[in-house]
Amino acid sequence: MTANNTISNVISGDKGSWPLWEIFIRSRQGLDHKHVGSLHAADAAMAIENARDVYTRRMEGISIWVVESKFIHASNPDDAASFYDPANDKVYRHPTFYDLPDELKHM
Amino acid sequence: MSAPANEAVFQDKIDQDIRIEPKDWMPEAYRKTLIRQISQHAHSEIVGMLPEANWITRAPSLKRKATLIAKVQDEAGHGLYLYAAAETLDISRDEMIGQLHSGKAKYSSIFNYPTLTWADMGAIGWLVDGAAIMNQVPLCRASYGPYARAMVRICKEESFHQRQGFEILLVLSRGSEAQRRMCQDAIDRWWWPSVMMFGPNDDASPNTAQSMRWKIKRFTNDELRQRFVDVSAEQIKLLGMTLPDPALVWNETRQHYDHGPIDWEEFRNVLNGNGPCNKERMAARVQAHADGAWVREAALEHSRKNAARQSVQLEGVA
Repeated sequence: MTANNTISNVISGDKGSWPLWEIFIRSRQGLDHKHVGSLHAADAAMAIENARDVYTRRMEGISIWVVESKFIHASNPDDAASFYDPANDKVYRHPTFYDLPDELKHM
Repeated sequence: MSAPANEAVFQDKIDQDIRIEPKDWMPEAYRKTLIRQISQHAHSEIVGMLPEANWITRAPSLKRKATLIAKVQDEAGHGLYLYAAAETLDISRDEMIGQLHSGKAKYSSIFNYPTLTWADMGAIGWLVDGAAIMNQVPLCRASYGPYARAMVRICKEESFHQRQGFEILLVLSRGSEAQRRMCQDAIDRWWWPSVMMFGPNDDASPNTAQSMRWKIKRFTNDELRQRFVDVSAEQIKLLGMTLPDPALVWNETRQHYDHGPIDWEEFRNVLNGNGPCNKERMAARVQAHADGAWVREAALEHSRKNAARQSVQLEGVA
């Protein structure tokens, strides 16, 4: 242990931590990349390698996307009621809204 | 929204089995309980690598060695899924590691027992991982989304751990007299610590009721322990071995196995740092973290330099 790496540093954790990355995996050709979790890595290349070791040990994926978490912007769950309100009263967007005779086929 | 209103909306979601997600409002006590439980669980996975790593170099065949390495690597992954879930509750990885190393955070007392023979790898897989699975399957339905999702992933992988452990014991149980003795000895040493893994009896577990109201826990410690005893008491018959409990007997009225008293004095002792390997385990963790410090710093520095180099190149192009 070097002088500037004292036991108190070890116990309190490091000063410079690796950034957090969100991991998305395509499980097989034809499917979307899906969020599977997150991990820390120094850079994108390491994030992809770590994601391979952590999230695809049993052939769970054939393609990996990594995005540094700080670049993800999210909607606010507290605003959900008003934010999604515009879609709330538009049942006519669903096919079941239209009452058609049973004899009508292939539609 | 006012605090009581928030609280009502929160409990209503829980009651309807709607998962709580990181940005949702949650009571401070719920957040704290989750951080404590998830981080302790993560620490257990990481410290749990140590007793098994002890046997990687001495596994009896290449097949066993490859399996054991894969299992220990899984435990590292499980620790990581759980640390990541805890981090969504606004605690940093460094802070959690710091709590483990300073002794503020606990980990499962089971990992403070030594792994003396190869049969211990079998007993750990069968009993310790078996008890863990019993605990973890209901956690796949825990009310906090990131925790439940991590547990689903873990449970999928954990099943191989238990099966390979039972197979190790099965092979030993059909081996020489010395191998049979080694098998029984490992079961004798790991049985009671495994039974203790479910934690204190229900009447001595003050947090259980709240955790169940919040649907973090779905069953009490004693319910899960009973299930584990019932399953194990049957499984051991296939090994032709015995569990070290003379009071273990099928109770026709309860439709469960009765078992003898648990030595809670031993449990508290090990939990409070006086188990056979507490100091060794913590020393190994702190040492590994300290030895890795220069690697973490170098990797960060490398990425900084790379980023700087790239921005210089971009300026050159412009």
